[in-house]
Amino acid sequence: MNGDPAVRPFHVDIADEAIADLRRRIAAWRPPEQEPVDDQSQGVQLATVQDLANYWANDYDWRRCEAKLNALPQFVTGIDGLDVHFIHVRSPQQNALPVIVSHGWPGSVIEQLKIIEPLTNPAGHGGSAADAFDVVIPSLPGYGFSGKPAATGWGPDRIARAWAVLMERLGYARYVAQGGDWGTAVSAAMARQAPDGLAGIHVSFAQMVPLEVLGHIRNGDPAPASLSDAEKRAYEQVAFATYHRGYGVIQGTRPQSIGYSLADTPVGLAAWLLDHDAGTYEHLAQLFAGQPYGAITRDDWLDNTSLYWFTNTPTSAARLYWQQAVTGKNFYAAADVSFPAAVTVFPEEYVHAPRSWTEQAYHNLTYFHEAERGGHFAAWEQPELFSEELRAAFRPLR
Amino acid sequence: MIADLRRRIAATRWPSQELVKDRSQGVQLATLQKLARYWATEYDWRMPESKLNALPQFTTEIDGENIHFIHVKSPHADALPLIITHGWPGSVIELLEVIGPLTDPTAHGGSAEDAFDLVLPSMTGYGFSGQPIEAGWDPGRIARAWAELMRRLGYTPYVGQGGDQGAAVTDATGGQAPEGLVGIHLNFLRNALANVSGLPADSEEERAAAAAVNAFRTGGFGYFLEQATRPQTIGYALLDSPVALAAWMLDHDTDSYYKISRAFVDGQPAGGQLFSEELRASFRPLR
Repeated sequence: MNGDPAVRPFHVDIADEAIADLRRRIAAWRPPEQEPVDDQSQGVQLATVQDLANYWANDYDWRRCEAKLNALPQFVTGIDGLDVHFIHVRSPQQNALPVIVSHGWPGSVIEQLKIIEPLTNPAGHGGSAADAFDVVIPSLPGYGFSGKPAATGWGPDRIARAWAVLMERLGYARYVAQGGDWGTAVSAAMARQAPDGLAGIHVSFAQMVPLEVLGHIRNGDPAPASLSDAEKRAYEQVAFATYHRGYGVIQGTRPQSIGYSLADTPVGLAAWLLDHDAGTYEHLAQLFAGQPYGAITRDDWLDNTSLYWFTNTPTSAARLYWQQAVTGKNFYAAADVSFPAAVTVFPEEYVHAPRSWTEQAYHNLTYFHEAERGGHFAAWEQPELFSEELRAAFRPLR
Repeated sequence: MIADLRRRIAATRWPSQELVKDRSQGVQLATLQKLARYWATEYDWRMPESKLNALPQFTTEIDGENIHFIHVKSPHADALPLIITHGWPGSVIELLEVIGPLTDPTAHGGSAEDAFDLVLPSMTGYGFSGQPIEAGWDPGRIARAWAELMRRLGYTPYVGQGGDQGAAVTDATGGQAPEGLVGIHLNFLRNALANVSGLPADSEEERAAAAAVNAFRTGGFGYFLEQATRPQTIGYALLDSPVALAAWMLDHDTDSYYKISRAFVDGQPAGGQLFSEELRASFRPLR
């Protein structure tokens, strides 16, 4: 029942017919002509999409992903009128620290699967038992197996309140929260709300641009001369993201219009999800051409894409951008968090947070570290290193 | 091809309904479902096809690209040659209704002195013109191709007209001032979009226009930004899903969205003879 607060076990079981329909649609794909440039400057390249479509239709096996998910304890529970799906893995260790990890766009719980083992069982992964976590990984409202909100209002603030209810319902009296992408906005909102039990947050994407700097970006000004080199780099990166990422603007203003594409054509959806940021895209293009991308495999990437497809959630997921846009709040704006907060900067993240701005945005910065490797999907790409960051970041809070 | 289109529309998988009562989240589900039903069951492509084929259509190669155009001469001597450029999300189809009133004004409440010889090209990459396989076909290059087209057709003097991207081409034509061109008419000030902070705001009218430009820049700019930066990415969906294409094209601007939406939801037509009357009046001083 939708919205039932009971915590009910959840099992993924996609119908054979849905899988056959997906294959049929990919096979019936009508490709556009090739882009007239030899780089990604006009978007996702035809050769990459062809590689992906061939693999998806012929070699990819959704049942393998399903088995992986169903091997984990999954549940749904109604919070604030909406069914929330989550993975919940307890550590074999006593006194493990509970952590709630929030994914973002174009992700899902699938991008967090590789960190479950290292976080719940650190001793088996080069860490120490004292750093163990109990892990809660929810699907954002409108994403994956969570319900699709039927009314507006499910922005990061409301999601954050729901997460606090979830952790309370699971009996966790003291816990921490983690996130990147939308997960960073949710985690920061939790920190601002400071619910009973929350001890601190860690974000892998810092929201840290000062408001007056955002004003310059909005006006299309060059980076102010007073900025340090690190700040200038972040300025250019945020400015580029603001003026070159149509998907964010479309989803922020017209999620329904793009929704018709993403619901009806799997290849259209796959291309749209590939086009997140330039660095990630280059890795993914190489991945489908046969090169490795950290721990992310072609199957992993298509697990996530298939999840969006089978649950028909691209539109409900895209609405989160709209929900943020109507508040008038800029995603990159300084988080203004006074609660204990830890930040890891991954070198290939599309915005490289400078320490100076991060300290102003998170007033009680307990940890700041530039990781050696990793990008936007750090938990997926570098699960061991990502887990090590969480252990180090939350150690002082235990 | 026609059967495949019908099959694809019939097999459409829909997203959940928007969460608002207006177009503020984009094209509304009810509108698009009405459009899809009509498109799949009642719409007949053979009708516009025969309408097009009843007109003199040609192709000619210019600057390495095949250019398609409709060319209708006026029955009146001394008609003024006029090249009209369509825009996005349009094509020569949006101009078919003005052919009669412009070439044969006496049959449409106008006078013979206001007659035009009409040239309606498909922009490169659009409709039946060639799809460039290299970057570089910007409005300036299209404008040079149009000047060559008019020269090839033996027209001098002539005038140019355009809205939307056609305004960019026509603007560029004006700037290039090719031999024979004596004037242009625009129904869109494209440069205003590029220079929001530089817009005059002295009068009530100017402030209202600046506000409209700003509203578009903040609320209706997504399709433009996507096509300006990632045309290939959105291309995959637009070619594979007819309903995706229909939705993307419906979502141009508030005024036209609601007019077209009403046409599908309530069966109400939108429009009249205004455009042709406007063109006759505006080019009269140049004859």
